[in-house]
Amino acid sequence: MELSDEKTIAASVETVWTALLDPEVLKASVPGCKELSGSAEEGFQATVVQKVGPVKATFKGDVSLTEMVEPESLTITGAGKGGAAGFAKGGANVRLSEADGQTVLSYDVEAKVGGKLAQLGSRIIDGFAKKMADQFFENFKAQIEGPSDEEASDEDAPEDSDGAAKKSWIKKLVS
Amino acid sequence: MPKDGGIGASNKRREDVRFLTGKGRYTDDINIHGQAYAYFLRSDVAHGTINSVDTSAASAMDGVVGILTGADFEGVGSIPCGWQVTDRFGEVMQEPAHPVLAQGKVRHVGDPIAMVIAESLEQARTAAEAIEVDISELPAVVDMKEALKDGATKVHDDLTSNLCYDWGFVEENRDAVDEAIKGADHVTTLELVNQRLVANPMEPRVAVGDYNAGTDDSTLYTTSQNPHVIRLLMGAFVLGIPEHKLRVVAPDVGGGFGTKIFHYAEEAACTFAAKRVGRPVKWTASRSEAFMSDAHGRDHVTKIELAMDKDGNFLALRTDTHANMGAYLSTFAPSVPTWLHGTLMAGNYKTPLIYVNVKAVFTNTVPVDAYRGAGRPEATFQLERVIDKAAREMGMDPIKLRRKNFVTEFPYATPVAVEYDTGDYHATMDKLEEIIDRKGFAARRAESEKNGKLRGLGINCYIEACGIAPSNLVGQLGARAGLYESATVRVNATGGVVVMTGSHSHGQGHETSFPQVIAEMIGIDPSMVEIVHGDTANTPMGMGTYGSRSLAVGGSAMVKAAEKVINKAKKIAAHLMEASEGDIELKDGAFTVAGTDKSVAWGDVTLAAYVPHNYPLEEIEPGLEETAFYDPANFTYPAGAYSCEVEVDPETGKVTIERFAAADDFGNIVNPMIVDGQVHGGLAQGIGQALLENCAYDDDGQLLSGSYMDYAMPRADDVPFYDVDHSCQTPCTHNPLGVKGCGEAGAIGSPPSVVNAVVDALQSAGHKDVYHIDMPLTPSRVWSAMNGG
Repeated sequence: MELSDEKTIAASVETVWTALLDPEVLKASVPGCKELSGSAEEGFQATVVQKVGPVKATFKGDVSLTEMVEPESLTITGAGKGGAAGFAKGGANVRLSEADGQTVLSYDVEAKVGGKLAQLGSRIIDGFAKKMADQFFENFKAQIEGPSDEEASDEDAPEDSDGAAKKSWIKKLVS
Repeated sequence: MPKDGGIGASNKRREDVRFLTGKGRYTDDINIHGQAYAYFLRSDVAHGTINSVDTSAASAMDGVVGILTGADFEGVGSIPCGWQVTDRFGEVMQEPAHPVLAQGKVRHVGDPIAMVIAESLEQARTAAEAIEVDISELPAVVDMKEALKDGATKVHDDLTSNLCYDWGFVEENRDAVDEAIKGADHVTTLELVNQRLVANPMEPRVAVGDYNAGTDDSTLYTTSQNPHVIRLLMGAFVLGIPEHKLRVVAPDVGGGFGTKIFHYAEEAACTFAAKRVGRPVKWTASRSEAFMSDAHGRDHVTKIELAMDKDGNFLALRTDTHANMGAYLSTFAPSVPTWLHGTLMAGNYKTPLIYVNVKAVFTNTVPVDAYRGAGRPEATFQLERVIDKAAREMGMDPIKLRRKNFVTEFPYATPVAVEYDTGDYHATMDKLEEIIDRKGFAARRAESEKNGKLRGLGINCYIEACGIAPSNLVGQLGARAGLYESATVRVNATGGVVVMTGSHSHGQGHETSFPQVIAEMIGIDPSMVEIVHGDTANTPMGMGTYGSRSLAVGGSAMVKAAEKVINKAKKIAAHLMEASEGDIELKDGAFTVAGTDKSVAWGDVTLAAYVPHNYPLEEIEPGLEETAFYDPANFTYPAGAYSCEVEVDPETGKVTIERFAAADDFGNIVNPMIVDGQVHGGLAQGIGQALLENCAYDDDGQLLSGSYMDYAMPRADDVPFYDVDHSCQTPCTHNPLGVKGCGEAGAIGSPPSVVNAVVDALQSAGHKDVYHIDMPLTPSRVWSAMNGG
């Protein structure tokens, strides 16, 4: 599966870059992410729960950031094993560029699945992966800009355990 | 001959009583006290190096009895291949090892890595998820032509390449064929794919291994078409168990279609594991598992060229095929694209020069082997499609073009080694033309067009070689087994007959048809005859059921044994009636002395054999039981003509089959109803291949069509009511029953009918550039063909 898209984020490229390297932001952005630990330098370990067609699985895997050219571009690569469900691998080449004080974040994503996921869900993988990639960058954008309205905390974003209202990541920094 | 019971009667099937009331006893119904359950952890990558398999966490889990990995099978034999093909340079094929559980590498999605044995299936499956497998992925080779390129990743590192063999037949004729094609008035060329299929018998595979430590006897219950073959292959080549200490039982089996012929790793694993853990070990495949562990079928890519003179006489035929073997060589795999395909390229025609080249290729996919028709559907499809195209190119009627080239004198020695004993291809074509109302087609087409649909008529012939096979011939061709069949006919004191046969019935209805033959020979009611099959402990060594061979070979063995019984019974009758043996006749269950009214009943003779008080003990032994092994003199050659009428929706590309007619020549027939059923089943599978089924892999070797969500099986509304006819009968000249076999013909002759019909429909609507569409003819493919795709 391959897809390319872009999002405009109301923040500077430096702000967006820093957010991309922040495990808290990443954890809140990856759809279905239950845990994420590690650092940009050493790589992250993540646990993600997702349902693809009839196959629901808990994926444990690694996410790494490479080819980093601060603050212009980097590559995010992830590979997760879902036990009996199979595995998923993917990567995104991300480019940031400045436009009128905002950041245009463009991404080229490629993803593959194997094992039972491929066997039972191959027909819907394309659509599903696009949805996940979109959701990641939507969540990411929301983390930086803050929720635009009540509905911004949509059902796919992970809930805070104490049920506190979401604050944008920038607001958390400055408050 | 009994009015309703003998040869030619459509007796209802005995087997159906238990099958339709839920009283069948399939391998999964076998439960042995104390059994444990097995689950196989399988590779989810197509190709990789196994760095480590850590079973420590899994072994400690609830209910786990034992876990086996490739390391446990060091020193155990490799799963063997039963046929060694020699290539066109005189070299034997490349033959890789095939360990029971993966050793060193995994080579296809589904390759078994570990076997978890536990108190319940659930516990085994849960523990399997806790096994840590570290595999370094390697590039997967999936496309056959890519696999043969220089520098392509090798599926087997110890082989020189991914080429199993480069086979040419007949190699000495290659130059003459090339010459003839160069000089011909017209050459029609066609490139086509015979796509990979998954057989999907209704019953998935099951294996139960049981070991008796007190006697050192091993037993394997398995869903097999040929238990003796499994006993031989597994006992001699894999586990080192002598045949007298190994019993293999194939009870009721719910469909095979070839897929259950082969010796599979799971059979050896369960037999081995039962001894290792000291408990019976039972494995039942899930359907998902079946998709990635049952041998797949077909998967040929072919270019075929037909050279003709300006009048349409076939001068020469040349074919070039890549045949997928998958990651390992399954039991019969090398023989399918060679001896079961190349030797059929003459078809029903007297083409004088033929050359067939086949390159068999290893890829990171599930192993491929025989599937209903095994090589003959591939041969028939390419031949009948190129003839169809040639007819269009030459502006000739497709039936006239075929008739012009029919073989009419028999026996006929083809240029591809086989000799057809007898046949009458004009007769089956005449019968077909009679059935299909060809003259009325124009009006039917007009009606379809009024309803906005295109309508097409496809016609084709087929011939196939079955009733396999003469042992010394196949031995020369590389078979590592004989292909005879056996029967013991045991008559009981009270007159009943038990036939213990090496054939196996898994849908063929032998329990019904075989007694009809005995009933005919002796003149007793078929209900007095019992057929025993499937258990190596109580049947003589046989090669099993496939290749439409059961009546032709198994039935012939039974006839020979029954003849021995009848000869001995006549001696007893002669003694009882104080007559000379030469004057004894057997008719309608009674022995008579010719020219007198003296007679003695079958039951009196059988009783005398076992209570020999008035008996010629100085000349013959008591008892009435004889065994025969029958090795056929030749293949048998059923043939026929098929026709399909389709409607095509031009908006969507959807094809519906409006009519299907089959005129077959099966020689003599024992049970017409069973023959109809065999043809119906074959037609459904052929139509499934033509329109629906496709086993698909992505470039990384991931199996994409891994369930019925994505693998489209034919359903009742995909097929029409068929017109099947088998009144044309040229009896086989070389077996005692004169039968040719009918099990595979439907699947062999039907795919070209459907494709010919669809092409005809599209051509009628002005798509003059559409000569071929690769199967399956899904709406998307048909629509694309109509829209310049």
